[in-house]
Amino acid sequence: MRDVAVVSFAQAPNLRSDRERNEVEIVMPVVREALDSVGLEQSDIGFTVSGSCDYLTGVPFSFVMALDAVGAWPPIEESHVEMDGAWALYEAWVRLQHGDIDAALIYSFGKTSLTDLDKVMSCQLDPYTLMPLWPGAISLAGLQASAMLAAGTVSEADMAAVASHSREAAQGTPEIPEAEGPADVDDLLSRPRVAHPLREHDIAPATDGAAAIVLVAGDRAAEVCDKPAWISGIDHRVDTHAPGNRDLTTCPSARMAGERADVGRSHIEVAEVYAPFSHQELLLASELGLGDGVDVNPSGGALAGHTFMVAGLARIGEAARRIHDGTATRVLGHATAGPCLQQNLVCVMEAAR
Amino acid sequence: MAEDPITGIVCPIRLDYTITPGRAQTRFLRGLESGKLLGQRCPATGKVYMPPRGSSPTHGLPTTEEVEVADRGTVTTFCVVNLQFASTVREIPYVCAQILLDGADIPFFFVVQEVDVNEIRMGMRVEAVWKDPSEWGPTLENILFFKPTGEADASRESYKEHV
Repeated sequence: MRDVAVVSFAQAPNLRSDRERNEVEIVMPVVREALDSVGLEQSDIGFTVSGSCDYLTGVPFSFVMALDAVGAWPPIEESHVEMDGAWALYEAWVRLQHGDIDAALIYSFGKTSLTDLDKVMSCQLDPYTLMPLWPGAISLAGLQASAMLAAGTVSEADMAAVASHSREAAQGTPEIPEAEGPADVDDLLSRPRVAHPLREHDIAPATDGAAAIVLVAGDRAAEVCDKPAWISGIDHRVDTHAPGNRDLTTCPSARMAGERADVGRSHIEVAEVYAPFSHQELLLASELGLGDGVDVNPSGGALAGHTFMVAGLARIGEAARRIHDGTATRVLGHATAGPCLQQNLVCVMEAAR
Repeated sequence: MAEDPITGIVCPIRLDYTITPGRAQTRFLRGLESGKLLGQRCPATGKVYMPPRGSSPTHGLPTTEEVEVADRGTVTTFCVVNLQFASTVREIPYVCAQILLDGADIPFFFVVQEVDVNEIRMGMRVEAVWKDPSEWGPTLENILFFKPTGEADASRESYKEHV
């Protein structure tokens, strides 16, 4: 395998509603920052790939219009996934393995404030027997949390503790300027339920935003970046599409992706996992084998601000940032898609090549 | 007795959106309120994009300079529509054309009327027919359609980059 590293990461603030800017206006400065920070131009990029969801925008092929943010002239080699940008990053990593190009740009964007994210996410379900019932993502996650509580694998206090940590970590960060203020666990547990057993703090607020990452292969990575975050393992796996056919208290696809990415080979210092519901962070930590001593979601995670299509790519970026700034040597970024953690991607990055 | 097989089900789907145009398109739409067509200039190439989306698509740079373009221009290409679409109320046949407005560097799609469909051609000069100003709003619907100006055709040289 060819060595590939995350050399730069940029993200827009995750805002509850970015009323002023359209998608291109949100993406453009982020792409510019990701390229400028490593001194690269679009002409240095051999492959450009994005992740986004037309259902959010309500416009077919909206991802094509987003290319206006990139500067696609002379014509560039370009691709798109109708998924979180983390899967676009996976495609770029595969593309770099071909060996004929050295640099790839990945970006993703989501303007969730234009519509009801909970309803949009219903549209990804089986269209014959499940989707016509319009079970929203929050309701399905509530069923998962109920199953986990019944199985005794989590408690409501555990879930509130995840939320409390997320709020405290995100407080005052430029990435999540509207983070909810810190609250202690007892206070959170006294609040009303939204979708049994979930309370407001268990559910990520939907936000607008964008993120971009530059991947560079081989020696070139060390030329453009002092501390590249070398990808030592990356894998993604899928559980069955039907939530009713799964044991929702487990997540075999996350476990398998973690094993294939060789998470357990040595200690992980920082893990950024994409968990838009509090109980899912606990389930992922268990399936990925993230024990004591692992700093999970020091950014506050998606639970503090959930930009659909971006949160997974941002998890990889946030984890890589800890290698770039020298505060960690082995980190993990995780992304999810589908109902109740149906699809999972794990990317392990290391300071040592 | 065999029952009739179920061969299909109806699942109504509806999603509601509140579209926000963004900064560049907001300025464009505000211009339309007063009958102006505002393009935006690429800082690298000088090309003027209309309608603007806030970026130069060739360079990925913000377009901050506003440029008013004319409400007349040149047909770069066209098609004659002979099918009635459910969403249109026009009599067929009618003409849809790409129109390169004077001062813009990208053609713009619009309906051309008051022209015999056999007369429409590349290079034809056309101008906007606006609604009464009392009916103007922040919308392109302020323009009813384009019609021939009667000027001599533009030279192919003047629009060949846009064909």
